[in-house]
Amino acid sequence: MTLTKLLTATTALTLVAGVAAAEEMTIVSWGGAYTASQKGAYHDPYSEKTGVTIINDDSSAEAVAKLRAMSEAGNVTWDVVDVVAADAIRLCDEGLALEIDADTMLADAPDGTKASEDFGDLLVSDCFIPQIVYSTTFGYRTDLVGDTAPTTVCAVFDTEAYPGKRSLEKRPINNMEWALLCDGVAKDAVYDVLATEEGQQQALDKLATIKDDVIWWSAGADTPQLLADGEVVMGSTYNGRLFAAIEEQKLPVAMLWDAQVFDLDGWIIPAGLSEERQARALDYIMFATDTQRLADQAQYISYGPARKSSAPLVGKHKTLGIDMAPHMPTDPNNAKNTFLYNYEFWADYRDDIDAKFQAWLAK
Amino acid sequence: MSDSTANGLVLAADGTPLKRSLSRAMRRQKIRAFMLVAPLLIFVLLTFIYPIGVMLSRSVQNDIVPETLPETVRVLGAWDASSGELPDEAVYAAFTRDMSVAIEAKKHTRLGSRLNYEKTGFSSMFRQSGRKMKKLDPVADAPFKEKLIKIHKGWGDVETWKTLQTYSGLYTSGYFLNAVDARMTPEGMAWQPEDKQILLKLFGRTLVMSLIITGSCILLGYPIAWLLANVSPRNANLLLILVLLPFWTSLLVRTSAWKVMLQQNGVINEVLVWIGLVPDGDRLILINNEFGTIVAMTHILLPFMILPMYSVMQTIPPVYLRAAKSMGATNWTAFWRVYFPQSIPGIGAGSILVFILSIGYYITPEIVGGTKGVFISNRIAYHISSSLNWGLAAALGTILLIVVLALYWAYDRIVGIDNVKLG
Repeated sequence: MTLTKLLTATTALTLVAGVAAAEEMTIVSWGGAYTASQKGAYHDPYSEKTGVTIINDDSSAEAVAKLRAMSEAGNVTWDVVDVVAADAIRLCDEGLALEIDADTMLADAPDGTKASEDFGDLLVSDCFIPQIVYSTTFGYRTDLVGDTAPTTVCAVFDTEAYPGKRSLEKRPINNMEWALLCDGVAKDAVYDVLATEEGQQQALDKLATIKDDVIWWSAGADTPQLLADGEVVMGSTYNGRLFAAIEEQKLPVAMLWDAQVFDLDGWIIPAGLSEERQARALDYIMFATDTQRLADQAQYISYGPARKSSAPLVGKHKTLGIDMAPHMPTDPNNAKNTFLYNYEFWADYRDDIDAKFQAWLAK
Repeated sequence: MSDSTANGLVLAADGTPLKRSLSRAMRRQKIRAFMLVAPLLIFVLLTFIYPIGVMLSRSVQNDIVPETLPETVRVLGAWDASSGELPDEAVYAAFTRDMSVAIEAKKHTRLGSRLNYEKTGFSSMFRQSGRKMKKLDPVADAPFKEKLIKIHKGWGDVETWKTLQTYSGLYTSGYFLNAVDARMTPEGMAWQPEDKQILLKLFGRTLVMSLIITGSCILLGYPIAWLLANVSPRNANLLLILVLLPFWTSLLVRTSAWKVMLQQNGVINEVLVWIGLVPDGDRLILINNEFGTIVAMTHILLPFMILPMYSVMQTIPPVYLRAAKSMGATNWTAFWRVYFPQSIPGIGAGSILVFILSIGYYITPEIVGGTKGVFISNRIAYHISSSLNWGLAAALGTILLIVVLALYWAYDRIVGIDNVKLG
């Protein structure tokens, strides 16, 4: 074969491959049970409808850094990315995510309500398409807390009534708020206090009272493992992880919903995709975030749908057959005392307070 | 035989001077040799040296500020920061013009994130101001000073402009200062407030713990390597598989296994309580501290110590020991004076491998290190993937690289790098 022929052949092959790739899209998410829930509720129905093959990439944990590197290299290989709202804000600030006009790019509710109204306050960034509401909250071992089960988050700081280790996330976010709350700061004033040097010190001082009793976690699976092994009596993690420990693994664990911190997880579309890929990504988003699909996801995992109109449609768990509504962080019984992650505040203060927090931890 | 001409030059067969002819032949050979290594050289340059260079150069780059706010930076240069007064209208007007371009290109928020590393609050200030300044016309709406301060009170703060002026250059030493717990202020260099100092401590801890890990690898690895080199080949193969087996298991699995072993309700504590060595209420804390990190990392890095030791010990003829003993040496003297000196190159190679690997470890310390066992790499990972402060991450990485090179140099001076053998 001459060189020209070889080149022509390979070029043709590449072109064929390129055409074939056009029917694929790469969706980035967190992996595990979460990706499985998305596959059941969104990916499979979408593939069936359009014939597009969906490739799952479990890189959400380092999505921001990877997306930035891809964008600098000029080769973004992801089509839709699942990130938490704080990361979406960062990506939007960095110009790495596409700005979304909710009313034209997202589906209306079945009763005709515009998407911007249906999602409401949850549209925390111009680039963010909310998907679920999850919460970071505490679970405790029912057999290790004695006769009086804890009812408030301040039980975490009460080592006399509830001796034993507790697990907290190895970052300042949420821990600082809980510390202030249990140090007598009013809920409305928490972020004002936390914006001051004295307030930050106050929170660290409160945390210092239990520092020797804390095991610090960095992966969401840590607390369920620590609870299962009886290493800790109570610990914070994502409510879906606790749901799995309680309902699927039948561990003697109960939820302490008090002062749970709501956070959002959702989609972004990377900026700078080719027109064709962007159109496909938008088409997927339009499909996957409509009222019915968001409610469908709750059949697989105990996270609340981000649309108001989805809430009444939440049904039973696909395999366990239990009612999912009472397990949602947004259920009125669970949401008596809640926090909403303050995105503006943490975008500003995260680096500063994190440096102080890590220095305090290392002391 | 070559001919000699009248002027004394030695000529080759074709009449050219031998020297030139020889050097031409040699050159051709050199080029051929170079061509042979060229693919590897280009590969290493493109995929290793170049990306590392680009990444490290981020530690001083600051072009985002002068590129996003070119006019502001120029006008602000004339402002006297020590006067304690706000800059005049010219700066605000220039800033508004720069911002309207930046907002159009959606670059203002990126600048906000960049400057937020230096002064808390810039991130939201740029984001919020961007939304409102979109409506300002950079010509018709003058003057701007009042209007900007009304949009965000931060623009009426002298500190804001001081920070902008301090970080207005194309290059900055700010990241390197941050990496050693200092910072750049308009008045020059200053230490970070005490409650934020952590990085120097982590550098120190990383070095000390890496040394301890290297030391414990030597202590545990030496006897095993000796055994490997001195048993029958069949048994040696079996032993070698045992050494390599953990090597083929995922790093995460091995680290998590240590969690099961060491935690307070873990295997070791349960056994100790069962045989009554440790009271039930006072179980040992073996994990989430320095001890856990050292144990887990020693285990993970042990093969890197054993293999070079083993390959060096294999080459030491056993007759030397016998010879030493036949001449009256005790077992210990024969080992210490004859065998050990010959095995030092293996220890050197293993130590360098283990030390350099452990200095850059971060997954294991993250999982089993708790608060006392984390390394500097954990902070680098945080700044790469969470805070996106790649400049600081690059500065930390550069310092780590320099430290490693300095230690390597010191090793060469003290022990001699020729003494290192991988086999």
